[in-house]
Amino acid sequence: MSPRRHFQMPTPPGVADFHSAGADAAGMWETHRPDEKLVSTHCAFCGVQCGMHLRVSKGDVIGVEPRMDTHNRGKLCPKGVGAYQQISHPDRLTFPLVRDADGLRRATWDEALDRVIDDIRRIQDAHGKDAVATYGGASTITEKTYVLGKFARLALGTRHADYNGRMCMVSAGTANNASFGVDRTPNPISDMAHADAALVLGANVPETFPIFVRHYWELIDRGGTLIVVDPRETTLARVAALHLALRPGTDAPLLLALLHEIIERDLVDHDFVEAHTVGFDEVAASVAGWTAKRAAEICGVPARDISEAAVRYGSAERAMVNHARGIEHQVMGSRNAMAAINLCLATGNIGRPGAGYGTITGQGNGQGGREHGQKCDQLPGQRSIEDPEARAHVAAVWGVDPDDIPRKGAPIFKQLDLMEAGEIRGVLNICSNPIVSWPDEHRTRRLLTGLELYAVIDIFLSESAMLADVVLPGSAWAESEGVVANSDALVCKINKAVDPPGEARDDIWILCELARRLGRGQYFDFAGSRDVYEELRRASAGGKADYAGITYERIEAEGPIAWPCPTTDHPGTPRMFTDFRFYFPDGRARFNAVDYEPPPEEPDADYPYRLTTGRTVAHYLSGNQTRRIGYLVDQTPRPWVEIHPATAAELGISEDDPVRVESRRGEAVLPARVVTTIRPDTVFIPYHWASPVAANTLTISRFDPVSWIPAFKTAVCRLSRHSEAAPDPYRPPVPDVATTLSEDRNVAPASADAPATIPAASERQPADPPRDGPANPPRTEGPST
Amino acid sequence: MSFERSIFVDPSRCIGCGACVAACRECDDHRGKSMMNLDFIDRSTTTAALPTVCMHCEDPFAPCAEVCPVDAILRTDDGVVQSPDPSRCIGCTNCVNACPWGVPKFDPVEQLAYKCNLCYDRTSVGLGPMCATVCPSDALYYGTAEEVAAARPTREVIDVFAFGNQELQTGNQMVVPAERASAVLPLIHT
Repeated sequence: MSPRRHFQMPTPPGVADFHSAGADAAGMWETHRPDEKLVSTHCAFCGVQCGMHLRVSKGDVIGVEPRMDTHNRGKLCPKGVGAYQQISHPDRLTFPLVRDADGLRRATWDEALDRVIDDIRRIQDAHGKDAVATYGGASTITEKTYVLGKFARLALGTRHADYNGRMCMVSAGTANNASFGVDRTPNPISDMAHADAALVLGANVPETFPIFVRHYWELIDRGGTLIVVDPRETTLARVAALHLALRPGTDAPLLLALLHEIIERDLVDHDFVEAHTVGFDEVAASVAGWTAKRAAEICGVPARDISEAAVRYGSAERAMVNHARGIEHQVMGSRNAMAAINLCLATGNIGRPGAGYGTITGQGNGQGGREHGQKCDQLPGQRSIEDPEARAHVAAVWGVDPDDIPRKGAPIFKQLDLMEAGEIRGVLNICSNPIVSWPDEHRTRRLLTGLELYAVIDIFLSESAMLADVVLPGSAWAESEGVVANSDALVCKINKAVDPPGEARDDIWILCELARRLGRGQYFDFAGSRDVYEELRRASAGGKADYAGITYERIEAEGPIAWPCPTTDHPGTPRMFTDFRFYFPDGRARFNAVDYEPPPEEPDADYPYRLTTGRTVAHYLSGNQTRRIGYLVDQTPRPWVEIHPATAAELGISEDDPVRVESRRGEAVLPARVVTTIRPDTVFIPYHWASPVAANTLTISRFDPVSWIPAFKTAVCRLSRHSEAAPDPYRPPVPDVATTLSEDRNVAPASADAPATIPAASERQPADPPRDGPANPPRTEGPST
Repeated sequence: MSFERSIFVDPSRCIGCGACVAACRECDDHRGKSMMNLDFIDRSTTTAALPTVCMHCEDPFAPCAEVCPVDAILRTDDGVVQSPDPSRCIGCTNCVNACPWGVPKFDPVEQLAYKCNLCYDRTSVGLGPMCATVCPSDALYYGTAEEVAAARPTREVIDVFAFGNQELQTGNQMVVPAERASAVLPLIHT
């Protein structure tokens, strides 16, 4: 630490900073523009969905103003402060692109849309409807996800609709459905303030949901016990009463031992178990052998800490369990979450203030985006697509015969196998960047480039869009009106501040226009979000995620409302199960017995270290947005590999040394961060970057067999000091047609008549396999799980 | 103590997220320049971090203002030590060197010094300063000592600091563990 005398940290060349904020205001102390207006909305990023005002002047979003919304009270993290800068960003896609022999080139909307339609028709005529899939995202308004799900089922007629929550909430959702019968966090995060003890599992809350941290402070201030389970000493673990720094992938043994200890010490709430649950005896029998000592050996933490955690959690009057991706990104993901819920049920901690259970949703609309139809097994309202009653209800709203709705499709990571087998040949991808976010980047690259049609709707030219056959410029978060549901299932209203730039169009228009060109326009007669939302309300009515009583006007007047909310005079449901009735016919919650399955890879002589991946506070998901925002790039310009000093010393590695990290899938060279805040047998890499510094070149393509979440947290690797400096992070791709028009860079004028080109993907991307490779390359690895 | 409401700095709550720095540099008055410092104390052994804001020193009178040869830094009656007036600042960096907290910073291109003015445009009309308004973890909190005392029973608030033999009373305050309330800070050698 040294005093800083000068302003420093110049933004790296080529990264936009304040580009959208216009010229500086004139004169000292002129901190607002005369014509400025505030548009009330919520953040573009994580599942907290902080309320904020966007400052709008002359058609640009020029800044952010804190807003005293109920759940964030003006607070924002650095991503939230910088979120507005993506809107008028110079990297925005402002016209469609199509691929020809020279690479991606500018096209008219007609040409780009027709190319998509022609390819869809050709593929579906030859290989059937299911040969084209949709892949959506949950970092967008619910209306768009609803239209995408409907588009897949009615316009494409494909079974294969899925979304990027497959890497986020599906393990938690699977467990919630299995235990409670509904996929929603039961207790709001603010319940932490009423708890006497809290068990936080695999959740680096300060870096991933900074705004939620204050609720843990409230717990500590009231004298409550905070127990954190994480291989790394996060800032939350630093202040915890107990930090169990276990080996990645060993959460189940810990959770089974906790339940064993709770039963052995008779901390079970027998009245609750008797009255409101099913299956306790089987689960009690299944954990009988899981002593603290046995778990301690597997987890690598002291047995007495496990016993103490069990006592402090189990004897608390009111106790909470929270978990996030740490325990979910494993082949054990959904089973880990079930084991966590078993603890809540055994101790009767559910449905009361400060006593319960909470999943923490990662994506901005991770909740709303998963429950209205873009998921492979669901129809709107969290309805099962295989349930005849649900099909009939949705078919009636859509004006089709129930038999016209395709059946359940494959989760996206099962679809990868179908791509390899040539069964899926076309993908329409919106709001997601698989090259960075999927495990095993080399496989991802091979599969996406092997598709006959890979069409991408995005606001930036992501690493994935670089590989696309057609790129359609869509709308950013502040360019559409709609709703999102945050981590607490609060349905929040996003408001439109500006129009999309250039020729970019609202995503809903794009999907509806594609449907019209497929001859299915009669089902997509939406003038805008409001029309979609009104249909969504009817489609969700009577479902588990019932939005029927939530209107745009109500949210504007009352603030965010938690579903289920069946009628317009219903107050919403901030806390579930307050009557201890669960979503099963008998009203009882389910205990689910869990067997431990070790991670698919364990350290061995060749790959002696455990590799776990995660996030850093300055970046969001695949970084397609945040890696372009000046301050966030300043704050965290590149990934690193976190290594314990004991391990570093053995390998002759010092702070900032380039370290070559190799797994069976790939390698990356990253600077070392040598810290005592991680286990000596484990290394950590944040995943927001693409090759050549991508964590996901190293991760394993193995999945939870039920939820199909990737096992991002459990791989093995070897480390060595590298002789050359770590490469710079790859700059996010830019559609440089617009900016290079006046320069001599092999581009023609930007008019529809004389289309411009940008270099072929292979020239811009490292390790990009040739486009003309085999359409369906042979598999190189065994079947996943 | 002359502030009715002040910033309370509680390093034990800092999560090092940088929201304060990001928010400070959003101000149209000094866009891209943050008046905040955020430090990881020693990342090799801990995730602990420390935000440093201008403390708006009160007694003795703000050192940055005292050493300014051209009176570019003025203190208003409400206790706010204002930013150097750019029409007066001669870029001598006296304030940068004099501040015991390391707050004022120098822009070598503009040849001007900058420091926090407690978001005067906001606090003078009842809004919170940007850093403390956005701080996710309440490591920076804008309010009254009574509010802090009620919410953080194991903590105490201090506004007198010792740098060697020199005591300094400040407008903004620090939240410390109760048993550390009489902290004497060592003289900082730079």
